[in-house]
Amino acid sequence: MNSQLVSTLPAKDPRRLWRRGKWAIPLSIIPLLVLLAYGFWTDPRAIPSPLVGKPAAPFSVALFDGGRLNLGDLKGKVVVLNFWASWCYPACYEEAPVLERGWQTWKDRDVVVVGVDIQDTEEPARKFLKQFSITFPNGPDPTGKISVDYGVYGVPETFFIDRAGRIRKKHVGAVTDDVFTREVARLLKEGS
Amino acid sequence: MRRAALALALLLPVLAWGAPPPGAVNEETVRQIAAQLRCVVCQNLSVADSPSEMANQMRGIIRERLQGGDTAEQVMAYFVDKYGEWILLSPPPRGFNLLVWTLPFAGIGGGLLVILMLTRRWSRRTRERPVAEPVDPATRERIRREMTELGQ
Repeated sequence: MNSQLVSTLPAKDPRRLWRRGKWAIPLSIIPLLVLLAYGFWTDPRAIPSPLVGKPAAPFSVALFDGGRLNLGDLKGKVVVLNFWASWCYPACYEEAPVLERGWQTWKDRDVVVVGVDIQDTEEPARKFLKQFSITFPNGPDPTGKISVDYGVYGVPETFFIDRAGRIRKKHVGAVTDDVFTREVARLLKEGS
Repeated sequence: MRRAALALALLLPVLAWGAPPPGAVNEETVRQIAAQLRCVVCQNLSVADSPSEMANQMRGIIRERLQGGDTAEQVMAYFVDKYGEWILLSPPPRGFNLLVWTLPFAGIGGGLLVILMLTRRWSRRTRERPVAEPVDPATRERIRREMTELGQ
């Protein structure tokens, strides 16, 4: 009789608590599923750059065809700064003609394309430049300082810098004619 | 006087040991900073562990910044400035990151609670095992009688 008394006690009975709370266990999986789904939808390699909107880090690079280029000297111009490597196939090979075409089209309109060759060796880099008849200024970054200053984590990456010397857009992967024209035209239209 | 000079002569190397000459960088400090940074080209390795060229260059930059007089914190801040907090292998415990730090403990707590509830339920069930109904006197008398009959 005693046992029956216990089971009929309504309050704080763990059995009741269990019966009522049972649904919470399968339900607790939902946030976990949401988190997993979020993980599947986002690209683990896409890293938002904290540098967009900030002043482009100054640098000086020794060019492959002699001389030096100082980013500071290009103030007032729109700069397309491209990080590449000769081993970066196919993306760098796809965008090389695009960059050269863009340079030829826009060089007389206050636009400079600058190439920085990273994590590379000289000979294949020169071969690459010859293969695509690259004429815009290009130089190596042997210490990786320029790459880290721009938060580069792979090749190719391209930064569009406005006339005031601010990074306005970071493009990861091969640049297309569309992206090049759109970004350059937008920054030129802003004036200085 | 002579004693003081001797003490100084003995102490000088110790003092020199304690304070490294300016410009010299402790490789252990470089390694410690590199171990906290994510190698940017290899996802799940630290800059200290990665054999990649990029990680090698990053270690060089750490060394150079320390040589230039930066503290370890300033070097870390430089990399965070360029890559965002993504570069840190253990995100600082604030904001949304707090979830990463608290969730495992919340999970353990929740699990313990479930175990507690289950064990209490099971122990109660064993305690509540039905007790035999008391036998009424008439039946008891009958059993006693039949037992003695059998015994005879």
